[in-house]
Amino acid sequence: MSHLLREHAPITEAAWRLIDDEARERLTPALAARKLVDFAGPHGWEFSATNLGRTTALSGAPSDGVQALQRRVLAAVELRAAFTLSRAELADADRGAEDVDLAPLDEAAHRLATAENRVVFHGFDDAAITGIAQAATGDAVALGDDCAAYPRLVAHAVEALLRAGVDGPYGLALGPDAYTRVLETTEHGGYPLLDHLRKIVGGPLVWAPGVEGAVVVSQRGGDFLLDVGEDLSIGFTAHEADSVELYLVESVTFRVATPEAAVALSP
Amino acid sequence: MGFDQYHEPPEELPGATRTFARLCASLTEEAEAIGWYEQRLAVESDREALAIMRDAQGEEFKHFCMDLEFLLRRTPLWREIAEGILFQEGDIVEHGEEAEEQAVEGAAERGAPLAGSTSLGIGSLKGVAS
Repeated sequence: MSHLLREHAPITEAAWRLIDDEARERLTPALAARKLVDFAGPHGWEFSATNLGRTTALSGAPSDGVQALQRRVLAAVELRAAFTLSRAELADADRGAEDVDLAPLDEAAHRLATAENRVVFHGFDDAAITGIAQAATGDAVALGDDCAAYPRLVAHAVEALLRAGVDGPYGLALGPDAYTRVLETTEHGGYPLLDHLRKIVGGPLVWAPGVEGAVVVSQRGGDFLLDVGEDLSIGFTAHEADSVELYLVESVTFRVATPEAAVALSP
Repeated sequence: MGFDQYHEPPEELPGATRTFARLCASLTEEAEAIGWYEQRLAVESDREALAIMRDAQGEEFKHFCMDLEFLLRRTPLWREIAEGILFQEGDIVEHGEEAEEQAVEGAAERGAPLAGSTSLGIGSLKGVAS
């Protein structure tokens, strides 16, 4: 039995399939970081840290004439989003109901995807993780609300990356507000702004809940690494007569290898 | 009724793995039946008996294909390798080596789940349309 304790849940195999499929369906559109950065793993639940290949010199030593260096690692973070489902709803699913209420799962999936995006793009100080926007070395430029300026701002970001020797294609992560504005906008002649921005970056443009403003990132590979221990999974916590408590979980670390391979556009 | 399609204690196996094992056993039985009919057809001289056995072997072909399709649907890596080998012209061994290499490397790059994992199997989404 795995640490997820799924076998202890009062949930049939058919209902587990429904829950897993729903989670996958909800998570995939929102997991923006995974569409833009390198992914390593999954290494399994036992994975605890990423090797940074660096050391810290220790002031003390176990004996005279010996120098002590301590290896530095980036410890994995467990991200967990709890949710509760109605057992009556799951029983109805077993009877063939097509309109099962899985809203708490949908909300948990959105929370976890948003958290993963925030860790990757804006970092997580408590876990010593630096995000792409924090690490980006270029001058901070504000995206603003005026969509007409977006092509120029993104083109400048691309030009800054080229100047730094970072070849394309590039990807563009847009926070929800900016993404909605872009979707709603057509330029002169009715050309969708979304397509124009895609042409400028030469790579994917993704809806990125959790991202503030926008981030242009290199897609050449090797610049940003999401290291995953346990990939997104659903586990069982407890149950009552009428409800079952579950959680979405993953364990991750993230590091930026090339800070100059991204340009952040603040909101 | 025997339970020897299980190589590990059935009570320790997840339901999906038990189903997978049943269909693997069924696939084996259909393949054996196809081979048996092939032998019977080779030695039978009665035309009526031949017609019946050809019809029966056709049933086994159908059952084998349905079992195989089920197993491939549940095992994306197997399916990917099969797509590189089945219904292809040319050298079968060569296709097999290429399909295995591409599928296994591709699975690693995509962050395919570890064996026995009950994760959602999402992995990398690079290349997935937004």
